[in-house]
Amino acid sequence: MQPGVVFAQDYQYMCSEAGQNIIKDAIKTHGLTGVVVCSCSPRMHEATFRKAAAQAGLNPFMVEIANIREHCSWIHKDKEEGTEKACVLMRAAVAKVTLNAPLKAGESKVVKRALVIGGGIAGIQTALDIADAGFPVDIVEKNATIGGRMAQLDKTFPTLDCSSCILTPKMVEAKANENIRLITYAEVEEVSGFVGSFKAKIRKKARFVKEDVCTGCGVCMSKCPSKKGLNEFNMGLNNRSAIYIPFAQAIPNVAVIDKEQCIKLKTGKCGLCQKVCTAGAIDYTQQDEFIEEEYGAIVMATGFRPIDASKFDEYSYSTCKDVVTSLELERIMNAAGPTGGVLLRPSDGKHPHSIVFIQCVGSRDVSGRGKPYCSKICCMYTAKHAMLIRDKYPDVEVHVFYIDVRTPGKNFDEFYRRAAEQYDVDYIKGQVGKVYEENGQLVVRGVDLISNEQIVLNADMVVLATAIEPDPTARKVANMLTASIDTNDFITEAHPKLRPVESPTAGIFLSGVCQGPKDIPETVSQAGAAASKVIGLLAKDKLTTNPCVAHSDELLCNGCSCCEKVCPYSAISYETKLINDHGVKETRRVAMVNEALCQGCGACTVVCPSGAMDLKGFSNKQIMAEVDAICL
Amino acid sequence: MSVNADWKPRIVAFCCNWCSYAGADLAGSSRLAYPADVKIIREPCSCRVNPMFILKAFERGADGVILCGCHPGDCHYSTGNYYTRRRMALLFSMLDYIGVERGRTRVEWVSAAEGAKFSRVMNDFVAQIRELGENVKVGDLRCKE
Ligand SMILES: Cc1cc2nc3c(=O)[nH]c(=O)nc-3n(C[C@H](O)[C@H](O)[C@H](O)COP(=O)(O)OP(=O)(O)OC[C@H]3O[C@@H](n4cnc5c(N)ncnc54)[C@H](O)[C@@H]3O)c2cc1C
Ligand code: SF4
Ligand code: SF4
Repeated sequence: MQPGVVFAQDYQYMCSEAGQNIIKDAIKTHGLTGVVVCSCSPRMHEATFRKAAAQAGLNPFMVEIANIREHCSWIHKDKEEGTEKACVLMRAAVAKVTLNAPLKAGESKVVKRALVIGGGIAGIQTALDIADAGFPVDIVEKNATIGGRMAQLDKTFPTLDCSSCILTPKMVEAKANENIRLITYAEVEEVSGFVGSFKAKIRKKARFVKEDVCTGCGVCMSKCPSKKGLNEFNMGLNNRSAIYIPFAQAIPNVAVIDKEQCIKLKTGKCGLCQKVCTAGAIDYTQQDEFIEEEYGAIVMATGFRPIDASKFDEYSYSTCKDVVTSLELERIMNAAGPTGGVLLRPSDGKHPHSIVFIQCVGSRDVSGRGKPYCSKICCMYTAKHAMLIRDKYPDVEVHVFYIDVRTPGKNFDEFYRRAAEQYDVDYIKGQVGKVYEENGQLVVRGVDLISNEQIVLNADMVVLATAIEPDPTARKVANMLTASIDTNDFITEAHPKLRPVESPTAGIFLSGVCQGPKDIPETVSQAGAAASKVIGLLAKDKLTTNPCVAHSDELLCNGCSCCEKVCPYSAISYETKLINDHGVKETRRVAMVNEALCQGCGACTVVCPSGAMDLKGFSNKQIMAEVDAICL
Repeated sequence: MSVNADWKPRIVAFCCNWCSYAGADLAGSSRLAYPADVKIIREPCSCRVNPMFILKAFERGADGVILCGCHPGDCHYSTGNYYTRRRMALLFSMLDYIGVERGRTRVEWVSAAEGAKFSRVMNDFVAQIRELGENVKVGDLRCKE
């Protein structure tokens, strides 16, 4: 028998109830301090055997499995050779188990409250689902209202239903739900802690209007003399007053003062809005407020913005008023938009007769000016725009320049074909080289790649389907949450296929376009998935942490910071403390592993130059003992 | 070739738990044979494998060491195998320097779905080690004449 082994027994079905009882009995009768099960893969039954050991009073981490089925009997035809190998695998497991130390899965608390950063459709849906499950949620939205980009859209593909008709009820629901607290006009400033107990500091910017007093009547807006602010909601296509409610269905329906534009706040004169507000809601002395709160889970839902089209000189976006982006067109087509929903071109307010759409502006662009990725939604919304225009104004000629039309999705290709076939939209496979103005006429020059011919079109309006990019705050927020982010500033998922709504950082979840380009149906399903992950987490009273975590030996650590740099979970920090080094007392900076954050990859153990870092359950000694047993 | 007729290669395979170990399990359940000379050690991640383990394995008498992990970009811990890749590149030049043939060490990316690849890689690696023959134990030269 192998040194250390005091009892051995074979049984055909070790994982069965009877087999497990053999193990339990042996532990009790022989007072075993370790168990090796020679059986199938530990990926199958490690948990079963650990549980059995625990039931017999042995620490579950004192169990090792020798995989003699998948890694041996099933693949080696020669019985003698196979048996010999099985013995080696058993010896390796025994050698390891004698060095195992009892481990205790740590426990950490779960604060039963979630934070959602970003109040677009993604954030709203995630919050509603979490709230429905009975957990309190805070939505922090940087704008004065929730709703995000979807609130700006006119109709939505592939069904062509009105965007606000389907969004507004959800916004109202978010406001009414007693489990949801809306913290608008606010940004998260600091986050600390880890899964189960994050702490966040939120700055609620001064609105100069008391949120609980304002009735949203809007009288102030009509009386405000400072009316030259760009209306962000309408993509700057018209102006708004210094005190404003972003749009009619805004939630909360409360005014806000733009402090850069307000005469009173800049010069001390005016104060008209205060005079006309019968509710007495205006407060010019309001200060930023800070809210500090603890959360068990955090969801990032910071969404996107269209890229700046003026980077692409060839399309003359900054010089020609009638060259607009698709999001601007959404506002022009919207009944609540700057033209009341009538298609009028911005330069002179005339009805256009010919419109050219250019797809992939800044998408799939490896030149460095744009984005290397496909923005995914532009083919579909361009088909939508083309169809809506042809439907409402059959006299308008519509041309679309495209590189490829990409329409995977339920009813998507049918939708595009309807635009091309039923609505006679002229799809041209090709690229546009230049858009310019000639004698007051917009001219579009391009190539038709199928006929290989130059094309010159006169247009009354040109619409650029600009790429979308993550919100500019995404990187800052991700850094604050120690969530990883890719080179395009989209938040990285824990696993691209199997854990698409989790960040690799435990307790941080992803919802909506901040993870990658997607349309509303996809955003909503991802939002629901993120919510269910959050609910699963908040439903727990305690989190058990994986006990196979890194641990640094204070006496060996020299505080060099090597380990901190390689840890993908930011689990390592440093503490300056009094160390008793064999009688010599010294204050030193040493590495500390946060066991709730460490996932046990072991990257730090290898990088540590002083040999201080080791991994519990897979220690240097244990692994070397296995190597020895194999090479013996 | 080896002079010892009874010689059988000793091969240590370090496999990460999430991809390659599972790939080996799949090779097993698909009955895709490879020589019994390969013995697998389970690791949480390929980045847990200290190059020292590999040097020590050669010191203890291993004839070949293979390290398997998730494909780059697919690491369970997102970045582990990138570290592995760099560390192993350095280790290769060191092994070269101390006179262990390049063919005795290998890094392979095997996913949990690649049972067939696992088996193919192991067959190939064992054949290569057989070709190279018995390894001269890497000794610790300190305090020796
Ligand atoms: C022109 C155009 C047309 C489209 N048409 C359609 C269509 O017809 N059908 C369809 O399915 N999809 C369409 N889409 C796509 C759709 O707009 C998106 O899928 C959807 O808006 C994504 O929602 P989101 O919540 O992820 O992001 P967003 O809508 O961008 O919401 C993000 C929210 O987070 C807030 N935020 C950002 N950073 C912070 C921060 N640091 N702190 C606090 N809050 C923050 C933002 O202010 C915003 O309110 C279209 C998109 C465009 C550009
Ligand atoms: S084992 Fe991995 S996760 Fe844990 S502290 Fe080390 S590097 Fe970080
Ligand atoms: S790498 Fe090692 S020595 Fe350096 S700080 Fe980390 S534990 Fe300490």
